[in-house]
Amino acid sequence: MGTVVFFIFAILAIAAAWGVVTSKNIMHSALYLALSFSGVAVLYVLMNADYLAGVQLLVYTGGIAIMVVFAVMLTLRGDVRESNPENRVWGWGALISTLMFIVLAVVILTNADWRILPTAWDNVGSAADISLLLLTKFMVPFEAAAVLLTVALVGAVILAKGVKVSK
Amino acid sequence: MFKEMHDLFQWAWLIPALPFLSFLLIAFVTKRSKGLSSTISILSILTSLGIAIGIVYTVIQAGAEVVEHPAIVNVNWLNILGLKIDFGTIIDPLSAMMLFVVTLVASMVQIYSLGYMHGDKGWSRYYAYQSLFASSMLGMVLATNLLQLFIFWELVGLCSYLLIGFWYFKVSAREAAKKAFMTTRVGDFGLLLGMIFLYTKFGTLDFAALSTALSTNFQNIAVVGTVSYVTLMAFLVFMGPLGKSGQFPLHVWLPDAMEGPTPVSALIHAATMVVAGVYLVARMYFLFDASPAALQFIAEIGAFTAIFAASIAIAQNDIKRILAYSTLSQLGYMMFALGVGSFTGSMFHLMTHAFFKALMFLGAGSVIHALHEKQNIWDMGGLLKKMPITGWTFFIGVLAISGIPPFAGFFSKDEILANALHSGHPIIYAVGLFTAFLTAFYMSRLFFVAFMGPEKEENHPHESPWSMTIPLMILAFFSVVGGWASLPAHNFAYFVHYLPSGQEFEREAIDWGLAAISVLAGVLGMGLAYLIYLKKAISSEKIVATFPMIHKVLKNKYYVDEFYLWIIDNVMGGFSKVLYWFDITIIDGIINGIALITRGSGKTFRRTSTGQVQTYAMVFFFAIVVIFMVFAFGEGQLTALNPLATLGGVK
Amino acid sequence: MNLSNLANLSVGLSTYLLVAAMLFCLGLYGIFAKRNMIAILMSMELMLNAVNINFVAFNRFLWNQKVDVHYILTGHVAALFVIIVAAAEVAVGLALVIAVYRNHKTTNVDELNWLKW
Repeated sequence: MGTVVFFIFAILAIAAAWGVVTSKNIMHSALYLALSFSGVAVLYVLMNADYLAGVQLLVYTGGIAIMVVFAVMLTLRGDVRESNPENRVWGWGALISTLMFIVLAVVILTNADWRILPTAWDNVGSAADISLLLLTKFMVPFEAAAVLLTVALVGAVILAKGVKVSK
Repeated sequence: MFKEMHDLFQWAWLIPALPFLSFLLIAFVTKRSKGLSSTISILSILTSLGIAIGIVYTVIQAGAEVVEHPAIVNVNWLNILGLKIDFGTIIDPLSAMMLFVVTLVASMVQIYSLGYMHGDKGWSRYYAYQSLFASSMLGMVLATNLLQLFIFWELVGLCSYLLIGFWYFKVSAREAAKKAFMTTRVGDFGLLLGMIFLYTKFGTLDFAALSTALSTNFQNIAVVGTVSYVTLMAFLVFMGPLGKSGQFPLHVWLPDAMEGPTPVSALIHAATMVVAGVYLVARMYFLFDASPAALQFIAEIGAFTAIFAASIAIAQNDIKRILAYSTLSQLGYMMFALGVGSFTGSMFHLMTHAFFKALMFLGAGSVIHALHEKQNIWDMGGLLKKMPITGWTFFIGVLAISGIPPFAGFFSKDEILANALHSGHPIIYAVGLFTAFLTAFYMSRLFFVAFMGPEKEENHPHESPWSMTIPLMILAFFSVVGGWASLPAHNFAYFVHYLPSGQEFEREAIDWGLAAISVLAGVLGMGLAYLIYLKKAISSEKIVATFPMIHKVLKNKYYVDEFYLWIIDNVMGGFSKVLYWFDITIIDGIINGIALITRGSGKTFRRTSTGQVQTYAMVFFFAIVVIFMVFAFGEGQLTALNPLATLGGVK
Repeated sequence: MNLSNLANLSVGLSTYLLVAAMLFCLGLYGIFAKRNMIAILMSMELMLNAVNINFVAFNRFLWNQKVDVHYILTGHVAALFVIIVAAAEVAVGLALVIAVYRNHKTTNVDELNWLKW
């Protein structure tokens, strides 16, 4: 059962990602992106990372993807169906991506240490264990992340606001 | 006695040094003063003549000593890492004879020039060149090794060029000078190759050392096919004399060299420079003796040149051209004499020919001067009456060259012909005999047409001044008595001969039978000329009309010059076109191709620096792939394929 | 190949890693080949997702022993931080895109080539 679900949602995620990069319509790309995020969230669940799945859905799908849609709408020019074209050298890009994938695949498949199956996992939910780490071992990065978010928020506001023309 | 001899021979180097000093003085100091220039020049050459006479006398006194052991004085000039060159003087009968001949003829010519070149604007320059030439020729005669000889050989060629083109404002003179230089250069190239070959094989260029080296047993391996390297060396060395001594096919420059002043023609192109080639062969005779093939070749070329030039001479009308072809023919005699083994005969003929040919050239100059630069013999006539000294001395020259006894030419020519027959070359003997007939014919033709017969109205000849007639008389004297050097007990042959080591000298008696035949040939030639040109019993026009084609060919010198011009235009021109194409297409193509590659690669690599981050990102990841490849396969881990470990830098 | 084996096919670590690799390379292609700035940002998000999957997968398969009642979920924490940073980055990035759009009226990356000089 788990295997079937895995395959369905893995293929979904990958197909959605394919749609993101090949669609000529930027709106479609943005929506495909949201779909891909959701697929990845299910994969998290399959790996017993339930808290992370929730965060993924909340932040990525519900935040980032929507933000992208907003930005698309703000910067749309011309026909939306032609708004996401490929550039001149897309062939080279495809080649290099393929090569990169082959390299990664070779590394992954030839490493005997990684051909392992999952052992049983106590299904108790991971939030408590994550919080334990976050507040003890990774306290400083946690606080720093908070600061980062604040700074990013302020910076985004300033950038988007623009420069006032002085009289 | 020995001490005196030794002492005098030590001073032999003065002989070329004095004229050279005179050249320097005239060129740098006394150029403006005509009188001083000629005085210095003539004084120096007369002093050299004096020393030369002294040396000849001492050599004759010394007798057999100096034949066996020539007096050699050497001074080391260059001694670099394996290259050891000396400069020195050698006194043996051969060089003593040459010294005497050269200094005598040079001094006669320089005295003669006082009258002939009178009023010429280039007087000082002329005497400077004359001194330079005398010094170079004398230096060459005294050379002890091939390199020294070659240096003076080239200097002599230079002087020839300068003197042929003396009247440089005349286009024909300039062209003739260039032609002479370039033709002899072709020969000199072969000589240089031969010299290099000799040096690499034997490690020395000294005549004495080479002679010893060649006489000892050595491996005479074949170089090309059946040609042994000694033969090859001999052929290459012979190329020099081929050019310098005007043998066929490099004879073309000598008739054109008549553009120079007549005294120059007398000195350089009759008596001295052109015999330099013959002298070289004589000096290197040990090399040629070791290669019968080369000797045979020399004999054939010499004989051919003799008859070839003589046949052209019978159809020429310019007095100097006739004499020039006569010189070519006699040089052919000297060459084939060496070829058939008659060393003595060749050298003897060299000496006698110098006397009577210089005499005849100076006589011709006297005629030209008197008739104000007229040179065609048909414009002359009956000059004997008004110019007796010139006429009679010229006649003595004609008799000498025709081989009439007791004049000089008889002894030398007869010796050559006798040797040719006795050493087993009957064809060459026949050719030489026929050429003797032709020689007598055309020389007598010249004399009868120019000096005898009716006078022309427009000519007002007068005898030349004493400065010109005294040298004529002195040379005429030697043309009479020169041959008698073969008569005494210690005759010419006793001193000047070539013997392979170990053999005793035997004196050959004169073969009176053969001598009579050659005299007969000469008399026949003279008689035929008498009949045609003086008696007018046979009409020369009718002979020309009967053989028009032959006459045309002879008159045009067998069209050799035209043939050479054709070769230069077409063969060399075509070849140079090919090389031009090669240069433009391939060489320039390579250079342009390099530039093209640079440009092309620049164009290609420009694409990587576009300013667009996407391109940079692509290059970045491509590099990652490449690095991975290098680590994965470079370590030879195709089978194990654990790239992860290598990527992390393990091991 | 036995078809019945397909039913017993379990998903191992390498499978998850392969999925992540595919997502990563797709995102890479998007970065190379797209002209729209926003599309490039989207592709970057795909790549970050792929990395996250890797983190979680390794944590799930390699550190699956309980230590003092708790699992060690360092991988999850790392993925969390990645998400945080990605969010901040997307915010700032899109603000930049809008600022550039305001000045040049284009979202075409090809026109931003001042690095050439």
